[in-house]
Amino acid sequence: MRRRSFFRRFYSLRNSGINPSGFHPSQIPFYLILTPVVAFMLLPIIFIFSNAFKPLEELFVYPPRFFVVNPTLKNFIDLFTLMSIADVPVSRYLFNSIIVTVVSISASIFISSIAAYALSKKRFGLKKTLFAINTVALMFVPVAVTIPRFLIIARVGLIDSFLVHILPALALPVGVFLLKQFVDTIPDEMIEAAQIDGASDVRIYRDIILPMIKPAIATMAILTFQATWNNADTSAMYINVESLKTFAYYLSTLSTTAAGANTVAGQGIAAAAALIMFLPNLIIFLILQSQVMSTMSHSGLKG
Amino acid sequence: MKERQNWGERCRLWMIRESSAYAFVFPYALLFTVFIVVPVVIATLLSFTYFDTIQFPRPIGLRNYIALITQDEIFMKYVLPNTIEFAVIVGPGGYILAFLLAWMLAQLPRLPRTVLALILYSPSMTSAVTMAVVWQTLFSGDQNGYLNSFLLGLNLTQEPIQWLQSPQYLMPIMIGVTLWSSMGVGFLAMLAGILDINPELYEAAAIDGMSSRWQEILYVTIPSMKPQMLFGAVMSIVGTFQAGSIGVALSGANPTPQYAGQLIVNHIEDYGFLRYEMGYAAAVSVVLLLMVLLFSRIANRLFSEE
Repeated sequence: MRRRSFFRRFYSLRNSGINPSGFHPSQIPFYLILTPVVAFMLLPIIFIFSNAFKPLEELFVYPPRFFVVNPTLKNFIDLFTLMSIADVPVSRYLFNSIIVTVVSISASIFISSIAAYALSKKRFGLKKTLFAINTVALMFVPVAVTIPRFLIIARVGLIDSFLVHILPALALPVGVFLLKQFVDTIPDEMIEAAQIDGASDVRIYRDIILPMIKPAIATMAILTFQATWNNADTSAMYINVESLKTFAYYLSTLSTTAAGANTVAGQGIAAAAALIMFLPNLIIFLILQSQVMSTMSHSGLKG
Repeated sequence: MKERQNWGERCRLWMIRESSAYAFVFPYALLFTVFIVVPVVIATLLSFTYFDTIQFPRPIGLRNYIALITQDEIFMKYVLPNTIEFAVIVGPGGYILAFLLAWMLAQLPRLPRTVLALILYSPSMTSAVTMAVVWQTLFSGDQNGYLNSFLLGLNLTQEPIQWLQSPQYLMPIMIGVTLWSSMGVGFLAMLAGILDINPELYEAAAIDGMSSRWQEILYVTIPSMKPQMLFGAVMSIVGTFQAGSIGVALSGANPTPQYAGQLIVNHIEDYGFLRYEMGYAAAVSVVLLLMVLLFSRIANRLFSEE
């Protein structure tokens, strides 16, 4: 018994073990292992930044230099003044991407969170079945059904429609799964009390559920953001009108077609575009990272 | 008469009690059906037909599957071994790596842990199109490529190597690049899972005579976070098969040079969109979905709560 209380006192102010509160010499080996791994993982990311600001002569200098010496904004100016091969200004692709991403995130949050609320708190016949199907769908690999998806999208008449960027991105089983797990943590008594006070479903959703699942919504926003902002395939497969394609698609043409990749100026433009693609991902995650971590605490999947 | 009234009454009660729940689920369920359920059903149906996109699909029974096993030399010789090699190293390999990194991060105080976790997570935010630009520059085949110039400078090689075009290097590069970007949602879930374990469990185990950190991982950490381990495993399996287009993105060609980086996903695209043999491509898709399901079953067995 005494030994136990000793341990408790030791652990409450401990600096070693899981989640320590301060530095302790026992942590040094972990720093020694992690630092090189992290540095290695960081190299390509630094390269994205460094390359975007290199003037032409530094992009082609021999031997190649990793870091930029005389940073310049010329690549970005070129990117926005030059036209794409199809005479569409680059800002148009960027504009399309921003619209697609913002609309997808808002719609996805709304649709998934009302579904998650019903799946967690409402009582109805198919509740268990629907959630089980959604959990199986976590294992779904979209690339496997590219062909039938293409046939359906053609059938529904979404080819060359702006909606084709948005609608498929809204069926995101991971998002509904994480949201539902998070709604589960809200005590039933709170909702029952509101019901007794005569609150409608819409009010319960808006005034109780939504404010309490903010971390899960932030996570959902990030997942949808990554799925839409980084998506080049939709434009390549379903859109033939150049002015409806997205920035990710434009970047993919720079690295694959002869027109962009092989010309000397193309390399600088591609480097600048790559940074513009990556930066929003990083910024959004930085802002929302603590919310994401608290969502992940509820991500468990019962076997 | 009485029964009918009863039925009407029940209907009314159902409207009051359950209709709003269905209304809440409906938009998601609709999109889910259109973009996930129906494609899977169609893929399964098409896999039993011959379909060239011009004529209506003609049922041919199991012939696509038989052809896949007995006649598709490329599938048996390159695609399947490549996919298994890629999936085994990137899947379980990446998963174990993610767990170990998460566990080591959990041993650090909050601030350094957050910074390091962010850096490890950031590669998974990069998109395939962004990285195609970066990797093609770093692994460029002439002496101007960063890796070539580095090796030439150290005199480790006499002439520049065509990294992305040579069959023996393409696969290792694909694996490395995918591992690099695999510390995603599953990694974060496992980190959160480790941090959420009640520290008293470790005290109790220490009192029971547990001596090493490895024992601690095996008997306390992993058993207490099985649900997160399973979530991480499913994410890692899906990520692995989803990453299939990396070989084509790196080498810039489908098929990849001498089929060295050809994975099952590329095989589907090759038959579906280059040869227009949709029925056959659908059969390959079904095989891919079954592979994912099989791997997930195994993970389920490993981490089920019973």
